[in-house]
Amino acid sequence: MSSPRSGSVLDWPAVSTRAGRRTPTEAERRRSRLRRKIRDNITAYGLLCAALVVFAMFSWYPIVRGVLLSFQQVDFVNPPTWVGFDNFTRLFEDPLFGVAWRNTVLFTGFALVFGFLVPFLTAVLLNELRHARAFFRLAVYLPVMLPPVVTALLWKWFYDPGPGLFNSALHALGLPGPQWLDSSGTAMLSLVFVSTWANMGSTTLIYLAALQTIPGELYEAAELDGAGMWRRLRHVTFPQTRFVLLVLLLLQIVATMQVFTEPYVMTGGGPDDSTVTVLLLLYRYAFVYNDFGSASAMSLLLFVALGVFSAMYVRLTRRADA
Amino acid sequence: MRTLVSPGALRSRRGKIVYGVVFTCTLVVFTLAFLFPLYWAVTGAMKSPAELARTPATLVPREWHPESFGAAWEQLDLGKYFLNTVLVAGGAWLLQLAVDVPAAFALSKLRPKFGNVVLGLMLGTLMLPAAALLVPTYVTVTDLPLLHLNLINSPAAIWLPAAANAFNIYLLKRFFDQIPDELVEAARLDGAGPVRTLWKIILPISRPILAVVSILAIVAAWKDFIWPLLVFPDPAKQTLSVMLQRVVIDLPLNLLVAGMVLASLPLIVLFLVFQRQILAGLSAGSVKG
Repeated sequence: MSSPRSGSVLDWPAVSTRAGRRTPTEAERRRSRLRRKIRDNITAYGLLCAALVVFAMFSWYPIVRGVLLSFQQVDFVNPPTWVGFDNFTRLFEDPLFGVAWRNTVLFTGFALVFGFLVPFLTAVLLNELRHARAFFRLAVYLPVMLPPVVTALLWKWFYDPGPGLFNSALHALGLPGPQWLDSSGTAMLSLVFVSTWANMGSTTLIYLAALQTIPGELYEAAELDGAGMWRRLRHVTFPQTRFVLLVLLLLQIVATMQVFTEPYVMTGGGPDDSTVTVLLLLYRYAFVYNDFGSASAMSLLLFVALGVFSAMYVRLTRRADA
Repeated sequence: MRTLVSPGALRSRRGKIVYGVVFTCTLVVFTLAFLFPLYWAVTGAMKSPAELARTPATLVPREWHPESFGAAWEQLDLGKYFLNTVLVAGGAWLLQLAVDVPAAFALSKLRPKFGNVVLGLMLGTLMLPAAALLVPTYVTVTDLPLLHLNLINSPAAIWLPAAANAFNIYLLKRFFDQIPDELVEAARLDGAGPVRTLWKIILPISRPILAVVSILAIVAAWKDFIWPLLVFPDPAKQTLSVMLQRVVIDLPLNLLVAGMVLASLPLIVLFLVFQRQILAGLSAGSVKG
């Protein structure tokens, strides 16, 4: 690649000295910079290539494929055929479809009441305690370290109305025990308890970290202004942690709307379909009825439903980083 | 460090009493809520099947049967399933490091043309709920585009999708961005190419973030359930979690509980050893208040 010579009077033709060294001209410098840039680009894409392949194959391509599948009829024998919106109409005609969405929204609602307030109040409490802090942190996080299947199976055994832990404990206190998973009235709530117990460790500790960044002067100033404890909580603690609360709220909505392991392992969707969730139904469509088209249509609907929350979450955290 | 409750109130006699009561209550509640269930599982595994069926349950086993753990190991063939799970988790971890570290380094320090587009496309996948990709990814894994391989029942079905982890790229790039460019420049003047710079200079100072990414990768792979459930229809290839829920129906309760306790041990030990990294990884992705 030749570059135009600059027509300056100071431009001497390059003379090589006997030692073979010479000062490079502007053009040569530019050329070597360009060479370096090209080399850097080649190296960079060399280092990126494995990541590009796995992302292309297991993220980007499946996104496109998922949208296409929603409008196709697929079996693994014949080539897929286009069926327009048939998959969606099939879903809407399934009586379980509405039930699954209602149950899932119910689960998310309950999970937020417990999984949102309990960890925050726990974190506020732990932040006040001056002793055994390491123990509290360890204890609350221990359930997070159990495989979700183990947690679900353990709690299924705890919930056993006869020899189960909970009703045995209630019995010892002279109280009647509920039917837990065996009644359609309490089954969903029982799943919410498991999920809250298993996951509150992470949220509690994230809140605790946020609480510890609140400058003490704010509390002092509020106290000097005569604010009591509750008012300090309302006007100092809350506003100072509002951002983290919002981010985790979005995160929990997205996570709990995808609940699968608890109903799959503990109830199988029963009793009376009271714990059939969106993901459980999606699983049935794909891997029980082998109807991948309808399952993809369901995935697409789930994405549309959750896209708003995910996008808000990503935007918020990006802004915080910038 | 001053918090909600004023230090003055804590110093008073009444404050000390209230604090003591609140502290003790918290201690009792935490022990009951988070440790007692684990005690219940460990002792439950050592009760006889007859005792497990009694209503109400016994607080302390009447007869201790520690041999349940050995019996569970034998009957469930736990050795094999531990190996399967270690293979799945270990491979997922190594592949994530091998793929995501060079990529994040290239995006952060070499800044290639269209680097921002690539990064945007990668981080964009964070907006997708994982469940929405389940079916199309499954369809992809049964027949890889261009290569036409079927990865069902192969650990690669877990490893490869695990490496496409935008969150890792985000964490690593954020860390590499804080390493001064002068360091890379100096290495270049000393004649080191980008790959050597990464290996000799960047990686040694990136130990903290590599530890966080490693722990997150291993824990996630060990806890995963729905994806291994789909890609391992062959019982001999399954991970611990998938196997446990498969054998629930035809196994005596004491052996099942013993198996669950054993399957949970590795992560609990890992947690006790690497608490610092695990809790750091927890707040790594979250945000400042």
